[in-house]
Amino acid sequence: MLRFSKSKIIATMAVILIGLLLAVPSLMGREEREAFQRSLPSWVPSWLIPSRAVVLGLDLQGGSHVLLEVDIPDLLRTQSTTLRDDVRRVLREARVNPQGGIQLNPRGVQIRVPDAGDRDKILPRLRELSQPIGNAVLGQGGGRDLDVAVTPDGLITLTYTDAGINEKVRRAVDQSIEVIRRRIDVTGTTEPSIQRQGADRVLVQVPGLQDPQRLKELLGRTAKLEFRLLGQQGATDVDMLPMRDAGGQKSPVERRVIAEGADLVDAQPAFDSRTNEPIVNFRFNIRGAQRFGQATSENIGRPLAIVLDNEVISAPTIQSAITGGSGQISGRFTVQQAQDLAVLLRAGALPAKLTIVEERTVGPGLGQDSIEAGKKATYVAAVLVMIFMIVTYGLFGLFANVALLVHVGLIFGLMSVLEATLTLPGIAGIVLTIGTAVDSNVLIYERIREEAHAGRSIPSAIQAGFERAFATIVDSNSTMAIAAVILFFLGSGPVRGFAVVFILGILTTVITAVTLTRMMIALWYHWMRPKTLPF
Amino acid sequence: MRLIRIWPESAHFDFMRFRRFSFPLSAALSVLTVLLLLTHGLNFGIDFKGGTLMELQAKSGQADVAKIRQTAEGFGFGEVEVQEFGTAGGLSLRFPIQAGGEAAQSAVVQKVRDTFGNDYEFRRVETVGPRVSGELVQSGTIGIILSVIAVLFYLWFRFERELAIGAIVGTLHDIVLTVGFFVITRHEFNMTSIAAILTIVGYSLNETVVVFDRTRELMRRYKTMPVTELLNLSINTTMSRTVMTATTTALSLLALVLFGGRAIEGFAQVMLYGVVVCTYSAIFISSPMLIYIGLRSTETVKAPEGKVAPAE
Repeated sequence: MLRFSKSKIIATMAVILIGLLLAVPSLMGREEREAFQRSLPSWVPSWLIPSRAVVLGLDLQGGSHVLLEVDIPDLLRTQSTTLRDDVRRVLREARVNPQGGIQLNPRGVQIRVPDAGDRDKILPRLRELSQPIGNAVLGQGGGRDLDVAVTPDGLITLTYTDAGINEKVRRAVDQSIEVIRRRIDVTGTTEPSIQRQGADRVLVQVPGLQDPQRLKELLGRTAKLEFRLLGQQGATDVDMLPMRDAGGQKSPVERRVIAEGADLVDAQPAFDSRTNEPIVNFRFNIRGAQRFGQATSENIGRPLAIVLDNEVISAPTIQSAITGGSGQISGRFTVQQAQDLAVLLRAGALPAKLTIVEERTVGPGLGQDSIEAGKKATYVAAVLVMIFMIVTYGLFGLFANVALLVHVGLIFGLMSVLEATLTLPGIAGIVLTIGTAVDSNVLIYERIREEAHAGRSIPSAIQAGFERAFATIVDSNSTMAIAAVILFFLGSGPVRGFAVVFILGILTTVITAVTLTRMMIALWYHWMRPKTLPF
Repeated sequence: MRLIRIWPESAHFDFMRFRRFSFPLSAALSVLTVLLLLTHGLNFGIDFKGGTLMELQAKSGQADVAKIRQTAEGFGFGEVEVQEFGTAGGLSLRFPIQAGGEAAQSAVVQKVRDTFGNDYEFRRVETVGPRVSGELVQSGTIGIILSVIAVLFYLWFRFERELAIGAIVGTLHDIVLTVGFFVITRHEFNMTSIAAILTIVGYSLNETVVVFDRTRELMRRYKTMPVTELLNLSINTTMSRTVMTATTTALSLLALVLFGGRAIEGFAQVMLYGVVVCTYSAIFISSPMLIYIGLRSTETVKAPEGKVAPAE
């Protein structure tokens, strides 16, 4: 009959109580929460009191969401340039002179060596440039990153394989995440989240950031610093690079790199003691200091090109050998620019250019407004639905309302435990579940009424109502779950927040509408022994 | 206290008769939707079309829309949409996607910030590049297709063929009419709209399933009852629940439309419309469909798979 054993009551109450307790921190503001935690006596173990609140999405707390993509052509260009240097070294060591120099291809390099003897000399060495992909220790993964092909007429092409490119992109994303983290850390922003997304993307989320311009400036630059010598106009081994402050005019810069950003151990913004212009002071590591010292002592009187991201930012003339391992970069910077450059140099260069493919920024004002609006909508919806339930089902409506409140509380509790993010569509989801959660109660109550009408006694009608409505409740909730689960897997950010709330809402309804309501009704029946249904 | 009675218990309303109106009406609306979709298309938001959307709030509380429009059109970033919205001094700007790939989009934001930054607060800035918008179109489309497939599978497992066909027709009907809502109202169609459509799919199915659960139960009880009568009885007996649930859901959505704020207002409006359409289609489209499909063609009726909790 309509009975609810003591142990079952205790179990139900315990589950609900724990769930609601977990929701408490989310309902308090941050300050309230911290004050409350401080006010606890020291003998209360900290794990006993839930402290985790629901994480608010960027659309609610304000902040910036920037999705960056590794510029693969740029990455390949950098890789190919390195490959060209390696090939040049091989050629030099083997004393082989290719016809027409080394050509850069989009995915590698090519050289023309008509002499078969020369080819035989260099080919094994060129093949050594190719690296195995994947776990070399276990010999897994197979494949190599570079494909070396020879035509009978002596054209040797070194091309990165697809697997090789994928591997390089993967590594570039890993490196980028590290570099981005170091760059953002210096800006002092709180709790940035930097994650890989897909194969070639990095998602940077910075709560509370209002103007992502500086963030974008910090992320948008590769910060590849090179010290090279200015070359002769028309020489073969030079690149034509634009000069800063020269109106797009280009200068020949030797391809040989004396020292680069990776050789730096420190960089700090400072002011030039003579001109009072903002500059960046830097220090080389031992290798860099040696190479820089040697090159400067051999080239006194020649201009040294300081190249940042393929732009000559300044080209001072070498006055004397710089052997101390430190130096300065000038380039008519503003104070901010000098500071940023120092940060970028300290954090290291990105392996490739990163392109912003998506940016979403919400100001803190709008976020706060959204929270307020969401709260208001939630309260109004709850009040309207609860009134409607009471005028329709009387006391049973009241039971459903208690279940409804517990249901909303449990959603918050579950979200806190799962560290799910509450977004604005998530709030919409909560409001929507307020409307749909009572559906289960309605199904049960309508069934009870029918069963009573069909001549059953009160307890029997209640019993039958719960039992017969259950299959339909499962059906109707699983139909909603289908849509929510698909949304969860396809949506991102805010929309996924909606799906999470909706899925959790479906789970909690089953607990509250079925178990909790049933318990309340069973207890009511035992205390009151009613002769008629209250509706 | 006298309680409200939503639907009289002993009602014998002839719902099936209305198929003479509901079928042509829905057919006409569906055709109209398809035609308008082909001629006018959807008003895609930046999620799917790419571009830049900004929400500005005048620091003085007074936005000069005409001036902003004039200045923004002078930027040369293509056709800009300027709209007032929300509280006093609020306005939104929408720029189309810029030629020149992903990097070109940032220039728009920079220019607008530089120009209006002193007088306006930037409440929201969203830029979606061509690649991301392309992917969102893809995942949105996949989402809707997947949901329809998932629904088909669910119905296939859960119901007899006739009922499943009726339900799927109802669900498709609701998707089409929801798209129609977007086409006619020119509501912005974005990722949230996909969320709304998927939720409507869930709700639509929910409504149909509750009625059909009852139909199946009655089929077993009254083996000789004519189809029309059986369907009418199914709807009449589930009517109070249908109206109750539609009302509570609509009340919550109404709260969301009125107080939820600009950002979810659109979603709530579509959902509110969806609830009406789903309720209508469950009663006037999916159920009467069964008259034509022929409910009694299969002799064997599947037992419900949902287990009933044992009595204590």
